[in-house]
This record gives sequence, structure tokens and C-alpha cells, in this order.
Amino acid sequence: MRIHKHHLFWPLAMLAALLLFNLFYAPEDFYTIQVRNGHLYGTLIDILNFGAPLILVAIGMTVVIATGGIDLSVGSVVAISGAMACLTISKGADQDAIGLLVEAIALSIGIALLLGLWNGLLVSVIGIQPIIATLILMVAGRGIAQLITSGQIITVMSDRYGYIGSGSLLGLPFSIFIVVAVFAVAVLLTRRTALGLFIESVGRNPSASRLAGIRSRYVLIAVYLFCGLCAAIAGLILSSNVSSADGNNAGLWYELDAILAVVIGGTSLTGGRFYLTGTVIGALIIQTLTTTIYMIGVPPEITLVVKAFVVLVVCLIQSETFRKTLVQRWQTRRYPAEREVAKHV
Amino acid sequence: MSTGQEREPYLQMSGIYKHFPGVKALNDVSFRLFPGEVHALMGENGAGKSTLIKVLTGVYSIDQGTVTLGGRDVAIHSPLEAQAAGISTVYQEVNLCPNLTVAENIFIGREPRRFGRILWKEMNRKAEQLLRDRLQLSIDVTQPLYMYSVAIQQLVAIARALNISAKVLILDEPTSSLDRNEVEQLFKIMRKLKEDGLAILFVTHFLDQVYEISERITILRNGEFVGEYEAAQLPRIELVSKMIGKELELLGELPRAGGEGRAEAKESLIEAVGLGRKGAIEPFDLLIGKGEVVSLAGLLGSGRTEMARLFFGADRPDQGQLLLKDSQGGVHSPRQAIDAGIAFCPENRKTEGIIDDLTVRENIVLAMQATRGWMRRIPRKRQDEIAEQYIKALNINPPNPEHLVKNLSGGNQQKVILARWLITQPKLLILDEPTRGIDVGAKAEIQKLVLSLSQRGMSVLFVSSELEEVVRVSDRIVVLRDRKKVKEMQDDIGQQQVMQAIAGG
Amino acid sequence: MFKQKYLSIAVTVFLFAVMFLAGSFRYTGFFSLQVILNLLIDNAFLLIVAVGMTFVIVTGGIDLSVGSVIALTTMMSATLVQEHGWPPAVVIPLMLAIGSLFGWVMGAIIHYFKIQPFIVTLAGMFLARGLCYVISINTITIDDPFYTKMAQTKIHLPGGSFVSISVIIALVVVAAGIYIAHYTRLGRNIYALGGSEQSALLMGLPVARTKIAVYTLSGFCSALAGIVFTFYMLSGYGLHAMGLELDAIASVVIGGTLLTGGVGYIFGTFFGVLIQGVIQTIISFEGTLSSWWTKIVIGLLLFLFILFQRVLSARQATQKL
Repeated sequence: MRIHKHHLFWPLAMLAALLLFNLFYAPEDFYTIQVRNGHLYGTLIDILNFGAPLILVAIGMTVVIATGGIDLSVGSVVAISGAMACLTISKGADQDAIGLLVEAIALSIGIALLLGLWNGLLVSVIGIQPIIATLILMVAGRGIAQLITSGQIITVMSDRYGYIGSGSLLGLPFSIFIVVAVFAVAVLLTRRTALGLFIESVGRNPSASRLAGIRSRYVLIAVYLFCGLCAAIAGLILSSNVSSADGNNAGLWYELDAILAVVIGGTSLTGGRFYLTGTVIGALIIQTLTTTIYMIGVPPEITLVVKAFVVLVVCLIQSETFRKTLVQRWQTRRYPAEREVAKHV
Repeated sequence: MSTGQEREPYLQMSGIYKHFPGVKALNDVSFRLFPGEVHALMGENGAGKSTLIKVLTGVYSIDQGTVTLGGRDVAIHSPLEAQAAGISTVYQEVNLCPNLTVAENIFIGREPRRFGRILWKEMNRKAEQLLRDRLQLSIDVTQPLYMYSVAIQQLVAIARALNISAKVLILDEPTSSLDRNEVEQLFKIMRKLKEDGLAILFVTHFLDQVYEISERITILRNGEFVGEYEAAQLPRIELVSKMIGKELELLGELPRAGGEGRAEAKESLIEAVGLGRKGAIEPFDLLIGKGEVVSLAGLLGSGRTEMARLFFGADRPDQGQLLLKDSQGGVHSPRQAIDAGIAFCPENRKTEGIIDDLTVRENIVLAMQATRGWMRRIPRKRQDEIAEQYIKALNINPPNPEHLVKNLSGGNQQKVILARWLITQPKLLILDEPTRGIDVGAKAEIQKLVLSLSQRGMSVLFVSSELEEVVRVSDRIVVLRDRKKVKEMQDDIGQQQVMQAIAGG
Repeated sequence: MFKQKYLSIAVTVFLFAVMFLAGSFRYTGFFSLQVILNLLIDNAFLLIVAVGMTFVIVTGGIDLSVGSVIALTTMMSATLVQEHGWPPAVVIPLMLAIGSLFGWVMGAIIHYFKIQPFIVTLAGMFLARGLCYVISINTITIDDPFYTKMAQTKIHLPGGSFVSISVIIALVVVAAGIYIAHYTRLGRNIYALGGSEQSALLMGLPVARTKIAVYTLSGFCSALAGIVFTFYMLSGYGLHAMGLELDAIASVVIGGTLLTGGVGYIFGTFFGVLIQGVIQTIISFEGTLSSWWTKIVIGLLLFLFILFQRVLSARQATQKL
């Protein structure tokens, strides 16, 4: 297999380019890793730490996109889960109690699973287009998050809870371990069972899958459940990092970054083959990009412009139709209808 | 009624060539159409009918050849230009906009305006008048099109054609979704339009209808022009033989490769009683025995695929039942069919068969995996074994289980789908055109496979347009014509008899 | 004979009426013309954008860039007028041209490269927001006399109520939208395209031109809404109109337009915007409820309308005359 045809080539190349840029531009700032009190510190660590929520959301988004769908509500779910957890803890007598922590986590994840089920049912049973179905929760979800926090920013004083997002294990931030664990679970679920095969099949060709006997309904519900779960865990990390929950701003525009990460990672928006590793690299690219831009001193909002171009370029490259289209357009430039109308030979 | 022999044809196409990558769709084809006549265009799969029509309507370009309209050479580059030239098409799927009103569909693109403002009242009035006067149809033209039946939608499409003063009207399989009465009505309109001087090109698979309404018949086969005939002077059997490509005299009797003694009574496996689906296949009875090879023979569009799909639960019937002799459950979905031991290789392998981005191995194990559910994954080692086994058995090329199916040739893709179903060890294997687009060697392999499977007790429902192989593999042949089962044949089956049964009349 | 197609609009208008009456019973001072007019004053820009969005959704597409283009318009106007001293008479037409061009480019990419509208307009959204920040991260206040005059002028109606100039602009846009949709060939081609692109092509309709025109129109509306927004806020700021695209989409859907395309009513969109406004008003009258209830109610309404549309289209498939 030629190197540049491998699906991870372009994402890795992009990441390498970014890292290389930083090597030349600001090697000390970027690549220094200090050890203090047995903990590792440095920009590279920060990228992994602060990028953790995005990586998680993107992992969940990958399987949804693989079925040919999309989940626009992840940002709202991130906010809701953080809100739920903080609310639970803040109501407790001893905010540091383990029992309370477990309860908080269980409730957050529970509500996220419920919301994932809601999305899954809308798409698979009622048959609403995924963009539209998840749009509903995207809009309403913010309101729900605010409902939970009563419009305030809830702060908690719980070391145990804070451990999730800002704690340390073996010198590295705990959040990294969470990401690795979720990633491992995702890989196990999709590759050690037949779920991955079914997802790719349903996403690529729903009618052939049906005729092959696959029950697409369950597959669809499963992916939206998993996506909700990932968003929930991301929400926990995010809110625990700042020991508070902000219903309004938590996870804002996460869905867009997640979609971008998935697309950069090589999974096609139209569904089919998906690449979890690719997505992780894609998310790292976005995080590195944001960090790099920040370090250069350019206003961070510029990332938006860069993202815009990246989205477009990646989409154009991804569609072989783009390349074919250019050739075909030229050949049939005087017969516009030939391209459009479905052929039946 | 004049036969138009002395008149000039209004439309003349000569020496038309059109190719797509890998396929010669039209190879030196000619066609002519006289005003005031209905001219039927006929041919089996891959004949080039739809390509010819798309050339006429500006959807496809031609590589070579001339098109003459009313004595002038024309080059048509788009549907708009075709319309401007006076050619109008009513497609099988009635390509109008269902969300717009009847009047709008007739007028859109040419709505009556004053100072840029559309005049609705006038448009509605004109539409109503047009429908009433020329098509004898009185309907509310302000209702959206989707409210009306397909038959009426077609008439609206015809009205649109008349509105743009079409001289040539192309009807592409208009009667596929119509019932008897609606067909009658359509023919009445067609006769009237004929009298008005319109030249009508009628594409259909229904033999009875061709003879009922057309003056002339042009036959295409494999992109080539076979001939133009007067309907009154072309016996049905000749028409069928020309379409299929078997000259009557040359039909030999090929020995049935199954051997003798296959006529013993078979125990019943599955029975269809009064099973039918509107617009697809008229209610029929059919019993398939264990270890039997039953073939569905007929022309393209006669309902074979529709019948086969009902046996798999791929489509839902409107009436009748499907009874399994060994179990109580019904067959209402592919999932249920598979659980009952039925397997289905669809005709359209690209859209309903292969998952093109997945590998050969993944495609092969798909159905079996679906039966086991998502948790019990077939171990990778076993998957590899299965893939290797079937790659060898069916001679799939290139013999690499990790190859993406989309890169395989059509024939090999078909073998992959076959393998997918064979490993589920079904009781009934339904094969819809399994040898289409496959090389001769592979064809023979598949036919031999079918016979050996039936000898080991598997029932096979076999759909094919190739009379040769139908005759060779079958224990029983079910003949379909015009979406109806017309005959069952057993013992003494020869190609000639089958063709006779198909032609009927 | 009851036309099924008006069922959707009827439900929307009815819903608005119910909400308005409910509010009137519950709060004193609610039941007045000025309350309704205030709805329009506060949501004029949303109304303009929603008209453009209606056309896009009718073709089966979507435009996520509208909020960002509004922000960009405010930013560019502010910078040109305040910091470079350009006259409003030049700046305003320029903004409209730029907005239209922006839409035109997106439409061209969507049609000619066959990339989903969601992605292209998403990129457009990123780009427009990003360009805002390139100009300036901070707010630029506008104190140009023309703008302040536009912001403060009250147009008095018989009976003592008043509206702003922006409302007039918005109402003109709505009227123009209705006219285009129902009385011009462009409008009918838009509906045809939304009904079935393949059919439109085979019927010889100018599909490419129509599709690109729709996004150009949306870009124009976004720019116009941006100008109206500058009158309203008297500033240019990159964070303006955040999330407005969702509000626009919600208004369009609640107004009876099908997200799958082919069916849509500007008149319905008008009431969709009014409903959003009425909900906000009720919540502000209520005082104790926070504004986030708006989001939940809108989300719920969205769900109900989408469900309703789904049921209707399922019935359509079986019901024939």
C-alpha cells in the first residue's frame, strides 16, 4: 500500500506540519516540558489536556457521521451534563463525598443517554433527517442547561470532582487517561464486535444493508446514544476543570469543531468507512492550531478564518467527485444535463 | 388511416453513435418518426432505448450521427433546446414537480406575465381549457400535483408537452403504473393526438399494448439497430425472437445439464397464494418445492423481479399470502425471510447488493454476521477462512479478500454477493439475473453451481433473460408477460416453447 | 374547499393569536398594538434574514452564515464610517453588494462542486466571523448622524403608536419576498427546484442560475439585516447576532416551510418571527422567568412542527384524488 494513499497520511502530515512550524517559530515555548512536584507541564501537555473534551466529542461524532447522519446537539449536551453534575454536587452537604460524586456522574450520564436516545428515536423510528432532528435539541438544549443551573453559573468546591478535569495521574493530567479509556472502549465496541461493520454498511448503503438483514434501527439508536455519552463525559471534564457549570457558554460551537475533526480525520460526511484514530488526530490538529495561533500573538478569533479554509479545502479534496467533476465538466461543458440526470443503462 | 409511407418522416436519426466508458450504448442506430403515428421502441436490457431518448431530449451528447427535424439538421444540447425544437418527453417517473399545482406544472418556465408579474388567473384558465379540450380531463388545476394519481399526473405531463407545441411526444414506459382503465384512457388520448398530427414515440415492455396502439415498431438490441417493422406485419413470436436475439430457425435444443429423472414430485417448501402488489405484479399462485429449480422467464418489465422480491419480503404485497411449510412465521421483511432460510441476490447489485467501500471479506460475511447479531462477531480468522474458501470456489478475481469491492468487475461483484448468501446455507436461494454482465466462463460456473445446489436439496428461484440458461437449469419454468403470470411449464421445455409462451397472442 | 396547503400557515397564525391572547389575559398592558409593533422593532433584522432563509430552505438547502454576515456588515460599516469617514450613502450600497457577492460565491461552490450547503455555509460562517475579528476585536461605536437619525426616528401611526424605519424596511422586504415567491418566474423556479431538482432540470428550468440566485438573495438579506442591525445597536462588533441563524431557521420552520424543500410561505415566516417575539415578550413581562425558557419553548415548537410536517408528508404519500 503506497504511503500517501493510507488514510492517516494527510491528517498526520497536517499535524506534522503544524508541529514543525512550532519547532522553527517558538521551540522553547512550545516544546519545553517541565517537571514540577512530579507533574509534567508544558504546551504539549496543555494541548492534550485542553483538547480532551473536543477529542471525546469528536469520537462520538465519528460513529454518527459514519451512519450518514450528524449530531448538532453535542454542544448542548456538554453544557447539560456539566450543569447536572455541578447542581448535584452543590446541593450536597459534603461536596467532597464520594457517594455524591458517583451520584453526580450517574445523573449526568443518565440524562445524556436519554437525550441520545431521543435523537436516535427521532432519526430511526420517526424518520426525521439527522440535521433537523438534532437541531431541535441544539436549540432547546441550551435552554435546558440554563433550566438546570437556574440561569446562574454554579460553582462547586469539590476536590474530588475537580480531579476529573484538572487532576493528575502518573504526572499526566487525568483527562488524558479518560480520553484513552473512551477511545479504547470505542475501538473495542466497533472493531471487536460486528457493530463497526454494521455502522459502515448502513452508512454506505442503507438499502443493501436492509436486504442483507441488518437491523438498521438499532444501529442508529446505538450511535446516537454513544455520541451523547461522549458529550456527557466531555462536559464533566470541562466543568470540572473550572469547577463550575456555565449553561450558556459551555461547549459552545463544539459540534462544528467536532465535525471538522471527523472530516479532517478522513471519515466522509456521506457515511461509510470511519477512522477513530483519524478523528483523534483531527482533533489534535484543531487544538494545536488554536494553540499555535495564540502563541504567535495573532488574535485567537483568526482561527475562524483558518478553519473556514481548512473545511473547504478538505471537503474539496475528499470528494473525488471534485476531481472527476473538473474533468467531466470540461468534457460535457455543452451538455449540462448529462451530468445531473440519473443514468439508467 | 394513412400509413404515412409517402410522407416525409418528421424526425430522422441516422448513424447515431454514443459510448460511455466501457460501454457502447448506441452503435450506428437509426430511427425515424412520421407525424400522426405511434411508433413503438422496443428492446431488452442494455438495448439502448433510454440512451436514444436521452439523446433526443438533450440530456446526452452524441459522438457521431445526425438528427433531422422537419427537414433541418439539429443539434440539441439541453432539455430546454429540445423543448424549443418541439420534442417533449413524459418520463416513467413523471418528471414534474409534485409540490407545484397542476397549472404551474403545465406552464412553468413560460408562465403568462404582464410587466414581469405572473398572471395566475389566466394561467389557471388556460390550463383548465387545455386539459379539457385536448385531453378530456376536468380537474381542479389549482391543486398541487401530488394529490393526483400517476395516471392523471402523466396526462398533466402530456398537457405540458402540448402547451409547448410539441411536434414529437416521447412516452417513456407510461403504462407501468397504470391499471387497465387508466391505460384505456391514455390510449384514447394518444389516438386523438395522433389525429392531431403529433408524432408519438412509445417505449414499453407490454407486448399487448404495443400491438394495440402502434403502427410501427423499431427494435434495438445491445445498442444496435435490429430493424423497423410495421406492427401489423410482425408476428409476436418474431418480435420476441428479434428482441432476445434468437433466430427461430437457429434455436437448437441444448441438452439439460441436470440429467434425467428430475421430474419426481417435490415436497413443498414455500407457497405464494394470491400474492400481488399494485403496479408491480398481478396476484399469482406459485409453489416452490424443496430442491427445485424454478425459473421466472419473460421479457424485461414483465414482473419477474417484482415477483422474486415478494418472496424475500423486500417489498410488501397488497394482497395474498406467502406460506412457509415448515414454520409458522410470515415473511414480511428481509430479516424475517433470512431467518426463515431465504436468500436474495438482487438484480441491481450496485445499489442493492454490494457495499462498495468495504472489502470482499466484509461483503461476504455481512449477511451471516447480521444473522448472528452485533455481539457475536465472527472471529477474524474464521472470516479469512470463509473468504478464502469462497474466493476459490467461485473463482473471484483478484483473489485478495482485502480488496475493496468497488474495484472489482461486475461479474466478480456478483460472485461476492453470491458467496454472501451461500454461506448462510439458505433453504431457498433467489437469484435475480445472476449472470448479467458476467463472462461466459463464469456464467457456466454459476449455472453448474445452481444445479449442484439443487441436487443437495436447496431450492432456487432463478430469474434470467437468457433463455438458454433458463432452459438448462430449470425443473420448472414460470412464464410472465405484462406483469402477469401466464403459464407454468414442466417437462419438454425447449427454448422455442418458452419463447412462444412469452409472446403469447 | 379547504386547501391542505394552508393548514400549516393557519396553525402558525392560530398559535400566534393564542399566545398573544394568553399574554393579554395574564398581563396588563400586553394587549396593545404597540406591544406587537415593539415585536417588529426588536426583530426587524431577524425578519429580513428569515425571508432570505425561507427561499434557501425552499430549495432544500440551508444557510448557516447569516448571523456572521450580519456581524461582518456591522463591523465593516462601523469601520468605514467611523474610522475612515466614508459617507453612509456609499457604505450602505457597498455592504449590500458585498453581502450579495458572499452569497453568490457560496451558491456557486454549492452548485458547481456539489458540496452540501451545510458545509459550505458553515465555512462561510467561520470566514465571516473571522473577518470581523480581523477588522477589530472590540466594539466600534457608531455616532455618525445618519445612523443615529435612523436609529431614533419614530414613525407615528394614527392612534399614537409608532414604529422604527427598520420595521418599514423589514415590511418592504417581506412584501418583496411574497411578490418574488408568488408572482415572478424566479420565485416559481425556486419552488420547482425545491420540489425536485431532477424534474426541474428535465423541464428545462435554469437550475444553476436559480440555486445561485437563492444564496445571493440570502446574502443580500443578511447584509440588509446587518444594516438594520447597525441602526439598532449603533455599533460594529464581532459578537453581534451570535446564533441568529438558528433563530431564523426556527422561524422559517414554525412558519410552515418544509426543511426538505418545495413548500414554504414568506407569510408563514412572518408569523414565525412574530411568535419568537411574542415568546420573548411574554417572558420579559413575566419577569421571574429567565430568557432561557425561550430556547426551550422554541425547541419544543420546532419539534412539534417538524413532527407535524412528517405526519402530513406521510399522509400525502397515500392520499390521492
